Amino acid sequence: MEGNWPILDVQNLKTYFSLDEGVVRAVDDVSFDVERGTVLGVVGESGCGKSVLARSIMRIVRPPGESIEGQIIYNRSPNDGPADATPERIDLRELTLDSSEMRDIRGGEIAMIFQEPMVSFSPVHTVGAQIIEAIVLHQSVTKEEARDQAIEMLRRVGIAEPERNVDEYTFNLSGGMRQRCMIAMALSCNPTLLIADEPTTALDVTTQAQIMQLMAELQQEFGMAMMLITHNLGVVAQMAKEVIVMYLGKVVERADVRTLFSDPKHPYTQELLKSIPRLSRTGQTERLAAISGNVPPPFVRPTGCSFHPRCPKFMSGVCDVVEPTLATVGTRHTVSCLLYSDVSGAAPKELS
Amino acid sequence: MTSASDQSPILEIKNLKVHFPVISGIWRRTKGYVRAVDDLSFDLMEGETLGLVGESGCGKTTAGRAILRAVEPTSGEMWFRMPDGSRVSTTSAGSEELRLLRQDIQLIFQDPFASLNPRMTVFDVVADPLRVNHIARGKELEDLVSEMLLKVGLSPEYMRRYPHAFSGGQRQRVGIARALVMNPRLLIADEPVSALDVSVQAQILNLMQDLQEELNLTYLFISHDLSVVQYIAHRVMVMYVGKVVEIAPTEKLFGQPLHPYTQALLSSVPVPNPEVSALKQTLEGEVANPADPPTGCYFHPRCPFVQEICRTTEPPLNEVTPEHFASCHFAGELDLPGVPA
Repeated sequence: MEGNWPILDVQNLKTYFSLDEGVVRAVDDVSFDVERGTVLGVVGESGCGKSVLARSIMRIVRPPGESIEGQIIYNRSPNDGPADATPERIDLRELTLDSSEMRDIRGGEIAMIFQEPMVSFSPVHTVGAQIIEAIVLHQSVTKEEARDQAIEMLRRVGIAEPERNVDEYTFNLSGGMRQRCMIAMALSCNPTLLIADEPTTALDVTTQAQIMQLMAELQQEFGMAMMLITHNLGVVAQMAKEVIVMYLGKVVERADVRTLFSDPKHPYTQELLKSIPRLSRTGQTERLAAISGNVPPPFVRPTGCSFHPRCPKFMSGVCDVVEPTLATVGTRHTVSCLLYSDVSGAAPKELS
Repeated sequence: MTSASDQSPILEIKNLKVHFPVISGIWRRTKGYVRAVDDLSFDLMEGETLGLVGESGCGKTTAGRAILRAVEPTSGEMWFRMPDGSRVSTTSAGSEELRLLRQDIQLIFQDPFASLNPRMTVFDVVADPLRVNHIARGKELEDLVSEMLLKVGLSPEYMRRYPHAFSGGQRQRVGIARALVMNPRLLIADEPVSALDVSVQAQILNLMQDLQEELNLTYLFISHDLSVVQYIAHRVMVMYVGKVVEIAPTEKLFGQPLHPYTQALLSSVPVPNPEVSALKQTLEGEVANPADPPTGCYFHPRCPFVQEICRTTEPPLNEVTPEHFASCHFAGELDLPGVPA
């Protein structure tokens, strides 16, 4: 299935929020791609821009937020023909927001799962009605057929008695069941790309494990690609094939999941991995290595590398001056850190 | 403070029950009870951290609040050992006694964005308990507050600012300073790091450990995050639908759990290591309804080892091996691997 064409190819995307206090560069020159049929993990702390990135791709960023630059290329495979046939290249950023093409893609070919299913579902419509609406909107089927499809989908995601629960309101369902319904709705139109924004964060560990397993199964079965946004490094390790790490609106590192966990290059990734407590049989006696400082407020972005005030490998006169760019350090392994660039020698010249 | 009292607990809880009535209909009849906390007994030793884990709705927050009498217990008894060594029953304490008790027992809340009054400066937030209890005023008050802020790693020069000017981690430090300013001996920390970013979580955990050592604090650390609890707790108590299913020293609970529910929790934690495939069998079904719990062992509908006796008879909490209690008919007989190696 791995043709040469990534399903999604984002280039130099910038989504800024112009507020009275200043401009928040929520997504700042982000480039990455998602391979067909694989899971890309997007990791970062709150405020790093990962949710805005997802919403930018779906074109559902609310004003004053706006994607002002860049390309969001969606490579649509032809319906029939070989998998490696040249796909149709669509720049989502150039589509008009309410054009029929954008509507077809959003929710149909690219679907999204939100973090809090209680907020994302309408409380005054039944679960079934909302899933049926999505199916009728994207496929040429009657309401009855759509209802059957909805019930089948609910059964598929593990809802007990789907014939009865299809007419249930979301407030009568538990958190785990709501999230299953959310997944059923997202998958009801057989998307080629699923964007899951913190799909398990609001859930208990046992429910989280159930939902992760379900998503992994469905991802395999439907062969869809997935962009999995989370701050939980455990979830990423278990689900993703490749990972991008974001900090303050920028991608600081990209690698396949094994490399990222065994040989992280960016100091932020390294520190992040060191700072999480891990379960062990005997218990951890070593003190956690906390990252010093806090994520800076959105309006005051540090100069140079935005991680430099917290970085243990901070090079004075370099990191606070030069803005790093993504450098390749291995196969499909890129990192945006001046430790791996040649600028360290050039920087002092710039200063003088 | 460190009296030779390692043997006598700072807090004893016996058969604590908190039941909330379910009221419905126009006659406001009581239709039943939600058994949020059902027969909870444990001791808390001075200077220790007891982790309290369980899924949402298992009663861990209610248990924490009942200790402070922030919710009224339905039945049961609680004793708190005062600094002078006297044992005070918190269940029957009058309002004056309660006021003194609450100086010694303080709460740290989960969400530092919701628990700080946005209209009070950081100084006011931290100084309020001192003012209310007429402990200090004027310059003395200011000195106490800045000393406390320094202790939790905040610069006192910012104390005239409002909470919105602070990040999540800094706000949680303010919350800790507020809790500590009364010199309490027992802190009930209800999910203190759940709302924080991973990079900041470690700072707060380390801070809590340092403060415990420095001030000989006792923590009841309530959390749903097992890796955090393993890191900070000396002993761990696992709750399921209002009841304690297992209580043990941390290494034992994670290495050799005795209750299948504890095992299920341990197996559910996603391992931050792509080489370890932890997506194995997961627990089926959902947490039982505390208003209408199953018969016998509450966990039996989800338990992979269920036998006939589990459906009919409620298992008692037994000391299976020294200091290791579990409420399972087959505790010690099951082959539970603990944390995946």
